[in-house]
This record gives sequence, structure tokens and C-alpha cells, in this order.
Amino acid sequence: MRRAEGDPLDGVATQAASEFGRSACHAGTPILQIRDLRTNLLKPASLSLSAGECIAIRGPSGAGKTLFLRAIADLDPSDGLVCLDGRDRSTIAGPEWRRLVGYVPAEPGWWADTVGEHFSEWTAALAFVRDLGFPEDAKAWPITRLSTGERLRLALIRALIVHPKVLLLDEPTAALDPASVAAVESLIAARIQAGLAVLWVTHDAEQAKRIANRLLVVDGGQIREEILEWPAISA
Amino acid sequence: MASYISLSYWELAAASIFVFIDAGLSVVFGLKVHRSLLVSAVRMVVQLALVGLVLTTLFSLISPLWTGIAAFAMVLFAGHEAMQRQERRLFGWWSYGLGTSCMMMSSVLVTVFALLAALRPDPWYDPRYAIPLLGMILGNCMTGIGLGLNTLTTSLFSRRASVEAQLMLGATRQVAAAPVTREALRSALMPMINSMSVTGVVSLPGMMTGQILGGVPPAEAVKYQILVMFLIAGGTGLGAVTAVLSGVYHLTDGRHRLRLDRLTAPKTT
Repeated sequence: MRRAEGDPLDGVATQAASEFGRSACHAGTPILQIRDLRTNLLKPASLSLSAGECIAIRGPSGAGKTLFLRAIADLDPSDGLVCLDGRDRSTIAGPEWRRLVGYVPAEPGWWADTVGEHFSEWTAALAFVRDLGFPEDAKAWPITRLSTGERLRLALIRALIVHPKVLLLDEPTAALDPASVAAVESLIAARIQAGLAVLWVTHDAEQAKRIANRLLVVDGGQIREEILEWPAISA
Repeated sequence: MASYISLSYWELAAASIFVFIDAGLSVVFGLKVHRSLLVSAVRMVVQLALVGLVLTTLFSLISPLWTGIAAFAMVLFAGHEAMQRQERRLFGWWSYGLGTSCMMMSSVLVTVFALLAALRPDPWYDPRYAIPLLGMILGNCMTGIGLGLNTLTTSLFSRRASVEAQLMLGATRQVAAAPVTREALRSALMPMINSMSVTGVVSLPGMMTGQILGGVPPAEAVKYQILVMFLIAGGTGLGAVTAVLSGVYHLTDGRHRLRLDRLTAPKTT
């Protein structure tokens, strides 16, 4: 799939305004709708994301990519309209929102001693555990012995078993070897095929081409969409 | 004739030689605490002398108004001290108001209970009983609440990633902050628990020692001490739980987000 060619968009806001009007969330439109989302550090940003779609986000370090994802996940106070499946975020309790809109940060946190204690149901995670190259007995592994790459992959599994509708990924393969990168991309691609919507922050231009069919660029707290010329992700 | 041995000022001056010895050791070892040591010693003497005058006046007046004013002033000072001990303070009124209001609630509640249900002086607000009792309870509440809030704020900051990891998976703020809350409450209550477990074996509490030196039979002094330890346990527990839970409530919000923007930068010492 290719994006239609034309003039570069003057910010994603242009597209957003035409897609879902001015005042409220629209049912039956893209699964995630964002209009004028802003924080004290982030300039107003708008976006629409459909089910089964992946958007790559790029930009220099410190540009505001993480802030943008945190604002969508409602981890930081923000203004603007954010809707999921036509429901305004303000009408959904914070914990429920974060189950529906999962977020995997670049440096995931751990609150217990072993891997298994971080999963409500280890058996539900087993398929993903195997897909990402872990043995089943990884449940008993102490967190302190995990490498950065292992932590990132386990945090991804932890987020996936909650069954979010939208997944926000902040450099999920930054510390992985090529085989693990391929495993993660393959796993996410399968979830996208199943209808998961993904926002994926990456510094890797080639990865952006592999995983996404749209690209957002964040710079100086401002977000704009760039026209792409690459094929969409295929599972 | 009094049943206690009266002290002269010369005898107090002789005892102060130990403070000067400490100051000398600070100079010898380059600890640089001799100045603050001497200032603290002078402060202590002046404060106690003033308190002696105030208590003498209060005890002669036996006025509910003046007793209440003295108690209120004690709570305000304790609140200020508890705030000073915070490495990262809450912004605005919360910084002073949270610890102070919890201290006031718990220590006044426990003191009034002791006056009405245990000691039963006549009148019940007799400052000879009310003020020393409140002072002992307040001092321990201040330590407990100060420690609890300090642990809460520093731990929430240092363990932000682990708290937010649970929030990201849909946990409520109560669940996500539970490990830090427990840690803060433990640090608030441990000094009181340790103090109770060693009292009478390792340490003889100041109040009991003072009563014995003042001529009270040891068995009576012990009963007073046990009462005071129970009151301290109650006041510290109640105050610390209220302060820490209120702190968790304030450092999160209705959307179940962690709000560390409500904390100031750490104090530079």
C-alpha cells in the first residue's frame, strides 16, 4: 500500500480536522483520534490512527517523542481531545484507558523481584514468551539478571497480554540484536494484522520503512506528518 | 523540704563542659560541626528557660484558652520542623499544611483521650498534665510523620519507573503506589516500635527518669511511662498513616497519574 502522492501536509492537524470535524469524537472513524493534544512542553498535535495501522515516529533526541506518547497514554496532564473508538478519553477512567491504550517506555520499570511476578497470568504470556525467544522457565528469572534487551522484550509481552487496542512503543528494539529485532517486528506485525493500532518511535529509518505506512516527525515539541514512499507492513 | 535535689546554675554550668569537649573534638577531627553544636546548645538553654517561664505562667493560670494557644503554638512549631526534614517538599500550602494538620489531628486526639479517659485531672485541660503530655506525643508524631513523608516523596521519585509501570498496565494509583506507601509507613513507625522494644532494658525514658529524680516511686513512674508509650504509639501511627495516605493522594490525581510535578527540587545541604 502506498500513500497518495501530493503536496506535503501542513502538519497532521490539517488531515485531522478534515477527518473528524471540530467538536467531538466520531464513532466509526479511526480507532484513535487526537486533536490539539498539548502539554506545557508539547505544541498542539493532531492525529488519527486506524485499527491495524502502524505509524512510525521519528525525530532527534529530546524533541518530544516520549512526551507525545506519555500524553496519549494519559501519564502526564494534557489538554485537547483524545478519543478511542469514538469515546472521549475524559469519559473513561484512567486505569481503563491505559489498559486500552498500552504504552511500553524505552526504559520499562519493574516492581517485584522475579519476571513472573510482573505478569497477572504467565500462561497467557507463554505464546509471546516463546515468540520472543525466552524459555518458559523465564518466569523464575530475577529481574536483576535481565539485560536491557530482555527487559524491553518482556515489557512488550507484559503490555500485549493486557490486549490493548492501541499500543504506543518507545524504541522497543533500541537495545536488541538483529534476530531479536526481527522477532519483535514479526510479533507486532502479527498483532497489527489482527487489528492492533501501533504508534512506534524509532530512530532507524529502515525499520520505519519495514513497520509503518505513515511517518510522523517530532521536532522541537512540534509534530508533522511526512509523505512516505514505502510499502506498508506485511505479516 | 522538697523531695528532689535542687540544682544550682553552677552545677548546670559544670555539666556544660561536656558540650565544649564535643566542640573541641569537632575542631580536632575537622568535623566542622562545633559551631552548630554550640549554637544548638545555646538554643536549647534559651528555649528551655523560656518554656520554664511559660509553663510557670500557664500552670498558675489554668486557663483553657491559654492552654489551647500553647498547644496550638507547639503544633505549629512541630509542623515547621517536620517540613524542614523533607528532602523534596510538596509545592505550596501542602508542604507545611499536610504534616501540621495530621500532627494536630492525631496528637490532640490522643492527648484529649488520655486526659479524659486515663489521667482525668480536674479540670481536664489542666496544663500541668495537658502540655507535657502533648509535648511528648507531638515530638514522636513529628519524627514519625517527618520520616514517613520524606520516605514517600524520595521513594516515589526514585521508583517512579516501577510505579508508572503498574499504572501503564491499568493499575489504580492505590495499587501502583502500595509498595512505596508500605515502605513510607514502615519507616514512620519503626522508631516508635524500636523505642518500645528497648524501653526499660536498653534505655530509661526521660520522663520516667525525671519523675524518679523528682521523688515519684518507681512503680508509679513506670505506669506513667507505659501510658505515655501507648499514647505515643497511637498518635504516631494515626498521624503517620493519615499523612502518608494523604501524601499519596496528593502526589497522584483523579486520572491515576503520578504527579511528581507537585514536588520541589531536592534541598541542597
